Amino acid sequence: MSDQLTMEALARLVPVGSRVLDLGCGDGAMLDHLQRTRGCTGYGIEIDDANVLACVQRGVNVIQLNLDEGLALFGDQSFDVVLQIDTLQHLRNAETMLRETARVGRIGIVAFPNFAHWPNRLSVLRGRMPVTRRLPYQWYDTPNIRVGTHADLALLAQRSGLHVLDSFGLQAGRVLRLAPNLLAGTSVYQLSR
Amino acid sequence: MHFVATLPLQSGASIRGYDLSFETYGQLNAARSIAVLVCHALNASHHVAGVYAGQAKSEGWWNTMIGPGKPVDTDRFFVIGVNNLGSCFGSTGPMHVNPDTGRVYGADFPVVTVEDWVDAQARLLDALGIETLAAVMGGSLGGMQALGWALQYPARVRHAVVVASAPNLTAENIAFNEVARRAIVTDPDFHGGHFYAQGVVPKRGLRIARMIGHITYLSDDVMNEKFGRQLRDAVLGSGTGTGTGDYKYSTQDVEFQIESYLRYQGDKFAEYFDANTYLLITRALDYFDPARAFGGDLTRALARATAKFLLVSFSTDWRFAPARSREIVRALLDNRRDLSYAEIDAPHGHDAFLLDDPRYLGVVRSYFDSIARELGDAS
Repeated sequence: MSDQLTMEALARLVPVGSRVLDLGCGDGAMLDHLQRTRGCTGYGIEIDDANVLACVQRGVNVIQLNLDEGLALFGDQSFDVVLQIDTLQHLRNAETMLRETARVGRIGIVAFPNFAHWPNRLSVLRGRMPVTRRLPYQWYDTPNIRVGTHADLALLAQRSGLHVLDSFGLQAGRVLRLAPNLLAGTSVYQLSR
Repeated sequence: MHFVATLPLQSGASIRGYDLSFETYGQLNAARSIAVLVCHALNASHHVAGVYAGQAKSEGWWNTMIGPGKPVDTDRFFVIGVNNLGSCFGSTGPMHVNPDTGRVYGADFPVVTVEDWVDAQARLLDALGIETLAAVMGGSLGGMQALGWALQYPARVRHAVVVASAPNLTAENIAFNEVARRAIVTDPDFHGGHFYAQGVVPKRGLRIARMIGHITYLSDDVMNEKFGRQLRDAVLGSGTGTGTGDYKYSTQDVEFQIESYLRYQGDKFAEYFDANTYLLITRALDYFDPARAFGGDLTRALARATAKFLLVSFSTDWRFAPARSREIVRALLDNRRDLSYAEIDAPHGHDAFLLDDPRYLGVVRSYFDSIARELGDAS
């Protein structure tokens, strides 16, 4: 989800001057953007060597960690915002990490591919797993081990005792508030404890 | 460089009239802003990079890291390597004469700590006219000195690069050091540390100290891959040639290739290293513990550090394990300091910090690129 419009739409959810922890920060583009345009500070977490290198190259603080080992390094409410952008679907301990996100950050922002987006539904209706721009992988080589929908995350947040401050869909970089579970490729939640 | 003034030491003792050997690489700029201090570990020296003209095998100990076009590029940075007090590569050490007594120090050389070394290095920088370091860096014990710099002289350090290091040694780690020290001290040729006058060297002790050290610098996997259960004679060609010839059924001969390797390393080390230096440097490792003055609270201990940090650890390093680097990461995070941390999945154990791993060297290169950018922006 490197799309510039999507990144900017998510960045607008981060208050100016926030201390940010970006879980699964990739090449650090989001943190770089937040530092340059919104006066934020913070750290990215990455497991991948090439991404860690890319972050150091950009001058973005990065900590190489496996998120499946949890966030024990970080104290309660030690960040204004914890980002989990296109990360949740890769995590074995997705439920724990959702709670950890709200423990470490005053606000957690979670964005992930919405499996209930209508092209995906059509594909499954035809009997095939979807392969789209948003979900470009074949079923047998996908790194997305958690397949969920916009509606599913609301239930998981409730189950985990988290408050949903806001939730909406993103499609082509635009915020969708009408039927996001059907019309949006990306689901976004703003959560707190 | 000779230092006349007395240097007070952490122990309460002091040392005066001492020398520090150092080398520099590259050119210092007019603003004196591009200096990088490189701190050495147990058995290294001020000769961090390059080769000595006409001398074979004289590569500096961090030659993969430092030099023209290397990750720490001496075309862009002015790099300083310094040999620590008590070492045996030119700086004043136990083999030299104590100006107070006119006799060789031997076992009477004062116990020096990481903090003392940092103080001595700071005086060297004063003499060189360098107020602020663009970076201080080191691996293992050298990383402890880099951390020490950030704590003792926070205003003089912009960046600290701490590789394969720890905020203190664990009991197991001190235990390895103690075995090595006992091997030296109980060598009949040690003479209570005053062996110089006897014209002998406690080589047996030094060899065993090096052997045990060496085991702990490697990983189980890399040792198995390199040596496995190969028999030495088979490797030398007198057996079947496959490393699976017959046993000698001897308890004292070299049988396995790993034994041969360790003995070779021990022999080589005993030829050039000083026994008292080994005791002093392992003790400096044992004593380093910046959290001690804060009731063991590393977060409070690191509150003084204002430098930006790069920390690197290696997955198979069990002597300075990644978990120890993470303790430093956590304490810096608690203090809201800028830092990056790379945990390199390398098979080579503690030795990895001296080896040529592209991911490791790439991260350090990128970090120094960003330091150079920052310095460029500031000027």
